[in-house]
Amino acid sequence: MTLLNKVVPALAALLLPLAVQAQQKTPEYTPVTEARLLKPEAHNWLMLRGNYNGQGYSPLDKINTTNVKRLVPVWSYSTGQLEGHQAPPLVNNGIMFITTPRNQVLALNAKTGALIWRYQREFAEDVSHPHPTSRGVALFNDKVYLATMDAFVVCLDARTGKMVWETKLGENKANYYFTLAPLIAKGKVMVGSSGGEYGIRGFIAAVDAETGKEAWRTYMIPGPGEPGHETWQGDQWKTGGVSVWVTGHYDPKLNLTYWGTGNAGPWPSDAHPGDNLYATSVVAIEPETGKIRSHHQYHWNDNWDWDEVSPPLLIDIKRAGRTIPALVHPARNGYLWMLERKQDGIGFVDAKAYVKQNVFTAIDPKTGRPSYDMDKRLLVGKTTTFCPSHWGGKDWPPAAFNPKTNLLYIPAHENLCSTLVGEAKIAAYAPGKRYVGTEAAKTRVFPQEGAKNIGEVQAWDLNSGKRVWTYPFPDMNINWGPLLTTAGGLVFGGGSADRKFRALDARSGKLLWEFVTNSGITAVPSSYMVDGVQYIAVQSGWGVDAQKMVARLNGSMKTNVSVPQGGVVWVFAVK
Amino acid sequence: MNDRRLVLRVATGSGLALVLPRTSGAQVRARDARPQEGDRFVVAAGDSKGTVVRLPDLQTGSPPLSVLPRDPSGTIRDGSRLNQILMVRLDETRMSAATRTRSAQGVLAYSAVCTHTGCDGLSWAAETLRFRCPCHESEFDAADGARVVGGPAPRRLPALPLKIVDDYVVAAATFSARAGVIQP
Repeated sequence: MTLLNKVVPALAALLLPLAVQAQQKTPEYTPVTEARLLKPEAHNWLMLRGNYNGQGYSPLDKINTTNVKRLVPVWSYSTGQLEGHQAPPLVNNGIMFITTPRNQVLALNAKTGALIWRYQREFAEDVSHPHPTSRGVALFNDKVYLATMDAFVVCLDARTGKMVWETKLGENKANYYFTLAPLIAKGKVMVGSSGGEYGIRGFIAAVDAETGKEAWRTYMIPGPGEPGHETWQGDQWKTGGVSVWVTGHYDPKLNLTYWGTGNAGPWPSDAHPGDNLYATSVVAIEPETGKIRSHHQYHWNDNWDWDEVSPPLLIDIKRAGRTIPALVHPARNGYLWMLERKQDGIGFVDAKAYVKQNVFTAIDPKTGRPSYDMDKRLLVGKTTTFCPSHWGGKDWPPAAFNPKTNLLYIPAHENLCSTLVGEAKIAAYAPGKRYVGTEAAKTRVFPQEGAKNIGEVQAWDLNSGKRVWTYPFPDMNINWGPLLTTAGGLVFGGGSADRKFRALDARSGKLLWEFVTNSGITAVPSSYMVDGVQYIAVQSGWGVDAQKMVARLNGSMKTNVSVPQGGVVWVFAVK
Repeated sequence: MNDRRLVLRVATGSGLALVLPRTSGAQVRARDARPQEGDRFVVAAGDSKGTVVRLPDLQTGSPPLSVLPRDPSGTIRDGSRLNQILMVRLDETRMSAATRTRSAQGVLAYSAVCTHTGCDGLSWAAETLRFRCPCHESEFDAADGARVVGGPAPRRLPALPLKIVDDYVVAAATFSARAGVIQP
């Protein structure tokens, strides 16, 4: 036996335990049962907003107002993708799941950042994905569920990342595509379709979590004979848009899911006369059947591109000594809506502007139906200017609610207005073709005269209906940052072109900590704990609408702001 | 039923069904394939949809025409959104030298699909001779090979060299680069 022959087995014997040890470092996967989804453990982040109520609240308090200054990155991971990283890191007992643009899914060791597996989806060369993002996965039992940009729902094995099944739910050639994370309740995987700029007929559909078989499909524009169909004229219901961009929330007590819906198209008011149900609404849907139980339309006949993309947060509020199970929605239309959720209806509580809004002239105190300044409407061949901008007071980035401070936190755009120019003649619908009805090159977005800030975080006391504090972003930065709030008395969010991730004092709005990341943050932050250490995690990767707003503002403000692209997962802890 | 097949029941008494292809495999490939040398073009939308494009249809100073390639057998290449083409006629003196070599009597053709995220529906700025993407504001200089002059697009719009044959606008080669998005 040569020396080499002796050394190699000896080395192998030394290295083998290390390899085994490395393997053992990957935590055993714990199935995410229905019971766990209904009552997620404080140390985990099992779904998009941490909880079915959509509050974006972590009960962890090891990172708090006294030590947040010592927050430092403990690991990071490059995703290898450009464009809008918007998904939260989900964490299930030490295993993290991330989605990125192009529907890549990464499973990482949440403590060390080591890659466990990676799923990469292959797409047709001519796949269409006008909003290049993927807002997250959903976990159920030992599977991971993904909604794709070519309109499939994909089921992956949570331990290996191998595809178990895939189900096609839409025709990408007609520009049906998915940007949201699925919602799972009652064994159903629910998704909604994007594509409102292309004359789709928006829908929410559910597949069986085990088999992938389509269980139901409910269109957000009612067909002939269905209630609400009469709010459309002629064949416009077939191509009227009404996308579902963002994951709904779920009230297990009422067994109802609540979704926000997009605008009607093409955009000009007279291109789709009528109220246009269920556009710009909250819709309550039964998870087993897809039946629409109730709805509330925030504003009728939208023509300002104010998709009400976010679902309302499920929060108990107090009014006149009564506790109301509320639906709370800081809307793109610039009003903060409070509604009451009931078994067979949605009641109107109140609504007030949280940013400058010059379109609504009154809100009916009984029904919540707004009246409009009709001169502010976008019409075919006409120009209109209005505030807030067509990206609204708040676009898709979710607000958060902290039950300890009893405050709602809103990532808002204040002082912004838009000018839209309606096309003189809207070309007939053609599958897959843009169907908006405006001259995109003439769209303007600009701050109101004398504005001192644009992006801000607002805190609202929902019981008194009053704003408690505002943190205005410096240097006219915008705010596309989803918010996380914690029992440690903190609010985390990014959203600005200066690439910063910030922690604010949840009670006062004071800036306590900030960190400059690789790119800009438009992703949902989350918090989790492994081996007694609390972490804050977020992806940084600028793109999509935030990038587009910067381009528009560069045009109107004569600035030259640019934000580098490329996704990185950042994980912070107190040292 | 497969919509690409036409099933004819032949009254032979044998009960056999004669299956005739409505669209042959070759035709499917022709519809999906990118434009080839020798292709003509048809108007893609509007009142003149389907009309074969001739030189007089393109006037200097007019907005671009949305067209699709048509192979010599008459098959319109509408099988892929990557075959959408913008055709515009410019004053040759305003073109860069390389652009001029691809033009035919001032007519230029470019892929109508943005190289950033694959959006189409590009608008036209007549003063600056630029295409602008409605999705993320990328801008391309038509007089200079559709190079990127604004926005996030990583590369120019692929160009399609042209020639004029019997007054018809005809492809003189294939796209100068792959149309659509090239992913990392």
